[in-house]
Amino acid sequence: MLNQEFKIPAKLKTTSLALLAIGVITLLAGIFLLLMSKDQMDQTRFWASLLTNSIFFLLLCLASVFILSATSLAQAAWIVTFRRIPESIGSVVWVFALIAGIILLTLVWTDNTNIYAWLQDGYNPKNSLNALKNIFLSKPFFTIWTILVLVLWSWFGTKIYQLSIQQDKEKKGDTKIYWKNFNVSAGFIFVFALTLASTIPWLWIMSLDSHWFSTMFSWYTFASSFVSGMSLILIWMVYLKKDNQYLDIVNDEHIHDVGKFMFAFSIFWTYLWFSQFMLIWYANIPEETVYFQIRMNGPYKIFFWVNIVLNFVAPILILMPRPTKRNYFVVTLVAVIILLGHWIDFYQMVMPSTVKENWHLGWYEIGIVCGFIGLVIYLVSNKLTKAPLVPQNNPMMKESIIHIS
Amino acid sequence: MSIKKFAVAVYDDEAVLFPAVKKVRKAGYKIHDVYTPFAVHGLDVALGEKESDLHVAGFIYGITGTSTALGFMGWIYTTDWPQNFGGKPFFPLPAFIPITFELTVLFAAVGMVLTFCYLNQIMPGVKKHIFDKRQTDDKFVMAIEVNEENAAETEAFLKSTGAEETNIQIAESEWWYGRFDKKEEYEIQQQLV
Repeated sequence: MLNQEFKIPAKLKTTSLALLAIGVITLLAGIFLLLMSKDQMDQTRFWASLLTNSIFFLLLCLASVFILSATSLAQAAWIVTFRRIPESIGSVVWVFALIAGIILLTLVWTDNTNIYAWLQDGYNPKNSLNALKNIFLSKPFFTIWTILVLVLWSWFGTKIYQLSIQQDKEKKGDTKIYWKNFNVSAGFIFVFALTLASTIPWLWIMSLDSHWFSTMFSWYTFASSFVSGMSLILIWMVYLKKDNQYLDIVNDEHIHDVGKFMFAFSIFWTYLWFSQFMLIWYANIPEETVYFQIRMNGPYKIFFWVNIVLNFVAPILILMPRPTKRNYFVVTLVAVIILLGHWIDFYQMVMPSTVKENWHLGWYEIGIVCGFIGLVIYLVSNKLTKAPLVPQNNPMMKESIIHIS
Repeated sequence: MSIKKFAVAVYDDEAVLFPAVKKVRKAGYKIHDVYTPFAVHGLDVALGEKESDLHVAGFIYGITGTSTALGFMGWIYTTDWPQNFGGKPFFPLPAFIPITFELTVLFAAVGMVLTFCYLNQIMPGVKKHIFDKRQTDDKFVMAIEVNEENAAETEAFLKSTGAEETNIQIAESEWWYGRFDKKEEYEIQQQLV
């Protein structure tokens, strides 16, 4: 059964469109109730939530492109049976890039959004130790780098998908496209290292506190987005296999491998999070501890601890034994926990620096999340119908089917 | 210590070995062991080996390491010899985490290596009979325990599964401690006499 065409079940389509509708209605309501409001805090709340979600969902989808590139470069076979899922997620990166681009550029080029403190007069870090930081945190650099990066990410996401579709049409045993994909993947890893793994989280998120900096920050953001990206892939795998009887060549071994990634990178995330935290805690220098003061002792205390429980304690204890990584229910439950946990992680990265102590987790925030979830489901399920669910003519196919983890 | 008789088959390729293992098990023979020059993935499943409990042992060692580190450091810095380091609390948990992590890894790693050696009966000086010297180079060797009656029949069956060569050996089935050749030869001669 190597030729399966995915048809979107009516239930999934209704759910995704309903979530999308909730998101759009919330956004419209947000424009009238929050953005038009006289209260400065309401406007900030409007933008902060959009910023959190657009970045989180963009990086979530981008993680699929990363895992595809990394496995292509390592010539790993295990991913090939369900390759279409990360490919489809990666090929919709451009939509989220567009949304994030519009929001980020609006924030930088309109006045009084109160999100990026370095934009305001008097806040510009003229007295910073490093003059380069004034160039880094400036409107032209922000604009150029953001647009360039979003275009590159979208291009690579789409290109890797297209190459895989082309492979389907080639004759059996032809490895020309396979090696082309190898080269494109190498290019993406290079771009990824210079963007998500270094500059982009500094520019988009860390600059919210313009005087605070941590070189760990980008890695920490990367780990967060990567582990949630693997969880998203796993949820799609289980959905397609278990509930709809598609993808029957995906077996426990492949689920187990993705489960291992979720387990390992939860620990990796904790390692980076803790490395950043411990040095700041130990050195106890006021300009560094300011970041954790509001998060750990202030109004965000609850998020600080929930973050550790959901992203470290839950995955490490639940996923440690082998049988749980092979149990579809348990592993999906952990994937949902991880996605929720890392959304909260992004929430507590952005909110304390923008809306300060007036945090909300009300109709507006939840509505916007629903909209983005609906968008992911809608776009990815649509993309999955466009090509056979199982890649054809991939030279690694047989190795992937008989793979034992 | 028990001297037993074995039917030994030497295979040239793992692609021949896998079907052979299946055939032998299907025919009802009990495989003593299969020796390969490298780790063959899936062979443990084909042989019907049950999953090892090594990782459970690893978890227990790890937890032991965690509690040792936290308990010992906690006792020292709160009860035995409290000291003030830069105004930090007497039980500064974040500062203890790296050491706790290291001890967890150390206990788990060392404990698992020793347990692994115990489970596989390997230790400096512990010897086991080698059925065919080429099993460490490029051949795959399967040994089946036989008795006087079915020895010839088993050997013939092994030949039919695609073995390159087969033979019957009388050998020590367990491990022993000491010299490799002398002791075994002596034992086998005693047995034969």
